[in-house]
Amino acid sequence: MRENLHRFFRAARGVGVHVSPAESIDAMRAVTQVGVSDRTILRDALLLTLAKSQDEKLALGDCFDLFFSQPEPRQNQPEADSEDASEDTDQSPSSSSASEAGEGQPSEGLGPLAQMLLSQDRNAIAAAIASASGAASLSEIRYSTQRGIFSSRILDAMGLQRLRDDLDELTATNPALAERLRSALDALREAVRDTVAQGLALYAREEAENLRNEILRNAPLARIERRHVAEMRALIRQIARRLRERYSKPRKRQRRGHLDVRRTLRRNAAWGGIPFLTAWKRKHRDRPKIVALCDVSGSVAQVSDFFLLLIHSLHEVVDDVHSFAFSSHLIEVSDILESKSPEKAMAEIMSKVGFGSSDYGSSLVDFEKEFMSTLTPQTTVIVLGDARSNNLDPRADILRRISERSKRLVWLNPEGRLAWGFGDSEMPRYATFCSVVRQCATAQQLERAVSDIVATYQ
Amino acid sequence: MAEQKASTAIEAVESGLAAQGYIASRQIATAVYLSQQIEKPILVEGPAGVGKTELAKAIAAWRGLKMIRLQCYEGLDEAKALYEWKYAKQLLYTQILKDKLGEVLGGAQTLHDALAQLHDFGDVFFSKEFVEPRPLLQALEQPGGCVLLIDEIDKSDAEFESLLLEILSDFQVTIPELGTVSAITPPTVILTSNSERDLGDALKRRCLHLHIGFPEQRLEERIVESRVPGISQTLRRQMVGFIHEIRSLDLKKLPSVSETIDWARVLVLLQASELDTDIVKDTLNVLLKYEADIEAAQPQITTFIAKAARSNVFG
Repeated sequence: MRENLHRFFRAARGVGVHVSPAESIDAMRAVTQVGVSDRTILRDALLLTLAKSQDEKLALGDCFDLFFSQPEPRQNQPEADSEDASEDTDQSPSSSSASEAGEGQPSEGLGPLAQMLLSQDRNAIAAAIASASGAASLSEIRYSTQRGIFSSRILDAMGLQRLRDDLDELTATNPALAERLRSALDALREAVRDTVAQGLALYAREEAENLRNEILRNAPLARIERRHVAEMRALIRQIARRLRERYSKPRKRQRRGHLDVRRTLRRNAAWGGIPFLTAWKRKHRDRPKIVALCDVSGSVAQVSDFFLLLIHSLHEVVDDVHSFAFSSHLIEVSDILESKSPEKAMAEIMSKVGFGSSDYGSSLVDFEKEFMSTLTPQTTVIVLGDARSNNLDPRADILRRISERSKRLVWLNPEGRLAWGFGDSEMPRYATFCSVVRQCATAQQLERAVSDIVATYQ
Repeated sequence: MAEQKASTAIEAVESGLAAQGYIASRQIATAVYLSQQIEKPILVEGPAGVGKTELAKAIAAWRGLKMIRLQCYEGLDEAKALYEWKYAKQLLYTQILKDKLGEVLGGAQTLHDALAQLHDFGDVFFSKEFVEPRPLLQALEQPGGCVLLIDEIDKSDAEFESLLLEILSDFQVTIPELGTVSAITPPTVILTSNSERDLGDALKRRCLHLHIGFPEQRLEERIVESRVPGISQTLRRQMVGFIHEIRSLDLKKLPSVSETIDWARVLVLLQASELDTDIVKDTLNVLLKYEADIEAAQPQITTFIAKAARSNVFG
């Protein structure tokens, strides 16, 4: 059982549940307490000890169901899988099972695997598959291309060689029995293939996930495929979590400065100046205040989407965020983003201002007219856009005023540096007034950009 | 054999809690059983009003233990949660000491002798007598064990979490001047959280994680039955069915179990025999706490009542 649990922990890591050694020890202890006979209790116990959030509980629950649907030798009632396998075995003509009574003797000289197959003992077969997959270390499987090799390894471990010899021998002596054995072998192959497929689903996910995330991180956000959007959102949430962990903690520790002598003396006047209570000078640190202006016109919309999602998941690090979206005109979208789920919020923003051709000039005019007061000397203004203004007046003068009123002005451009200034791109004119201009086309660049912005406040 | 014992023990937990008026699902009972067996705290998460705090109370009542409650809030620190020195008493002590010092050191000829005598005298200044135990320390000092409820841990600061780690994993507290105080009997610790912020991994790792969501219809009916005995069966089914329909709406705050119980009490007070549109309209403010929510639910009332009644026939 212990071996099984270890494999389950590995599968759990595959579905994204963090299982540290300490947690696995706890789970072990819990399992020894509740036992393994009652599956619902076992499931509850593992969920209680391993999962740390509602999402993890769901993922782990699914993983549990998949994992324990394998042929399990300890269970007396046959499981779905072994049932399939043995149904296949039953396909061999039923007349032969009748003849078996009469022909009991020939199986005497056969190897254990052949005997097992002929006796059609489902539990024994299932147990043999399970122990053979243990011997072939099925839990090491990583890629779908390894399915063949693992299948043959398992079959070898079960004694396929001996079975082949038996078959050859039987074909000569007892063709009917050989036929039966051959079809049983086919069924066995199928069962093994199912076991390997399941093993792949259980254990390979971790590796596959890492690989996919690595690819996603470096994929251009603007051209991401629709089916990857949900995964990308999950990745962005991970990034947000990482940034939160990195930047929310050390701030407090660094704040205490020198002893404030004057305030200490005054506070302790009641004790004749003996400093019972000390007062400390505090280093003043701002939390980032962010004003984000996001272009949501066709070409940049996807990047803006992910950027807004990231910025708005940084609650603990960032003091307040005001977000504005524009294409031909500009509106504030902070409330929409705070109150709705990311998918709905983006849909609403797009229906309000999206799909227009971008006009940076008039959008900046909108901002100056209504929202200039949101800027303080602690504010970082982030503009996300390709600066392609369709040859309309870029109004770079407004950008200058924004830059003067704020602490920093950061421009994130999804286009590559080479494209800046070509065609209708106004990037060089805007860049004059920006503290930083950087390319931001992939999740990794997005993370670096936001990380830098937050770090300047530390 | 041990496995047989486990499932009966879990059932015993279930019935024990039920005797205190807390209808626990199988998962909750398993968590309570496990926390007792492997001596781990339970971290309970879930929406407001599903009975997270109530669970701790029920466990305390069932086991006949004292319940010690620590309500968390922003700015809670160790002086309020763990222990504090009794400053006034210490000051008084120094006064007395001054008077007595002459007598104690009377025989000493040199400064060196005086110091040596003073050392022999012992260090009572930072001793147990001057420690004012706060809830966490109190919980460790209960001889027969107790139920320690750390309520709404998500409201406290992240630093406070780290303070809890020692007590949660080893049931002990280290006071720098005194040393380590270990629990006489490890308390049953329940932490609750409304997920206002993500708790640290270190804290989560030390706990069993239990999520209590809105109960299923049957379970909720049993809860109402145990809490509001005066309500008729038909009305109970109807109202619980109605609430389940309401929960399918997009509301700011969904009605939870505590609202269900309140509503059941109100309906009993109004002597309603079954749900109808008027009585629901009049009492909707018991269920929904925002004007916008009430407005959103108003037009649906009649259909929801019909649905609840229909599910009643088939259920």
